[in-house]
Amino acid sequence: MNPNIRAGDELPPLKVPPISRTTLALYAGASGDHNPMHIDLDVARSAGLDDVFAHGMLSMAYLGRLLTGWTRQENIRALAVRFTAVTPLYAEPVCTGTVTAIEDGAAHLDVAVTLADGTTTLRGTAVVDLPAGREDDR
Amino acid sequence: MAIDTSVIGTTAPELTVDVERGRLRSFAHAIGETDPIYTDVDAARAAGHPDLPVPPTFLFCLEMDRPDPFGWLDGLGVDLRRVLHGEQRFTYRTMAHAGDRLTLAARIGDVYAKRGGALEFIVRSIDVTRDAVPIAELASVIVVQNPEAGQ
Repeated sequence: MNPNIRAGDELPPLKVPPISRTTLALYAGASGDHNPMHIDLDVARSAGLDDVFAHGMLSMAYLGRLLTGWTRQENIRALAVRFTAVTPLYAEPVCTGTVTAIEDGAAHLDVAVTLADGTTTLRGTAVVDLPAGREDDR
Repeated sequence: MAIDTSVIGTTAPELTVDVERGRLRSFAHAIGETDPIYTDVDAARAAGHPDLPVPPTFLFCLEMDRPDPFGWLDGLGVDLRRVLHGEQRFTYRTMAHAGDRLTLAARIGDVYAKRGGALEFIVRSIDVTRDAVPIAELASVIVVQNPEAGQ
């Protein structure tokens, strides 16, 4: 993290490869979230959908990577999102973050996940401590 | 259907979860995390961690260790196929690592409806602790879609 963080700074965007059925199977297994709406086409169709869709928490995990790629994880104080649209198969999420304010030694950020067609799937905020007097170049 | 609002304030049995390295490595792989501190114990220790760190959103996954992780929704009469994750919040107090034994205390904080019951919202919180030391507080808003109720 650059020690001279200012409001308006943008984090390096995190671009994720297209979400495949394998992505969802791996996430279901590793997360323990076996909700069949994400991995079982038959169940998705029984609910009137054309196909399965990605776990919202998979996209939030990508936002976690956006933050831990920018700062040491122990600096993260809070991460909060609204899930504003479902993420379909083959989507290519891009995670972005912008510093909106520096207050009380912490950076306040707006974060979002957006798809190639412009759909915003997650929108939220994060708070990241800026350790005083500590060099941190991760 | 309408969720019985008497569930507001109810708690789930406490859940104790042992955080395993292998599970964290699988999670890192599944989310495309390539920073070796999340998969390689030596790299984690070189970065000052006692073991592999629990990534920011993995705390949500701990709940899935319940024998029937969505059973509480069944208990409210909710069809899992009608559920969407509306909001999720994490507030972090201190880091957790592989090898930790974490305790989860879940509570339903609110239930409310919009659009004449076509959408119902369940607010659920989970406090995560290690030997009574706060690790994080999680809050979820679960959205239940009842399209027929809005007609």
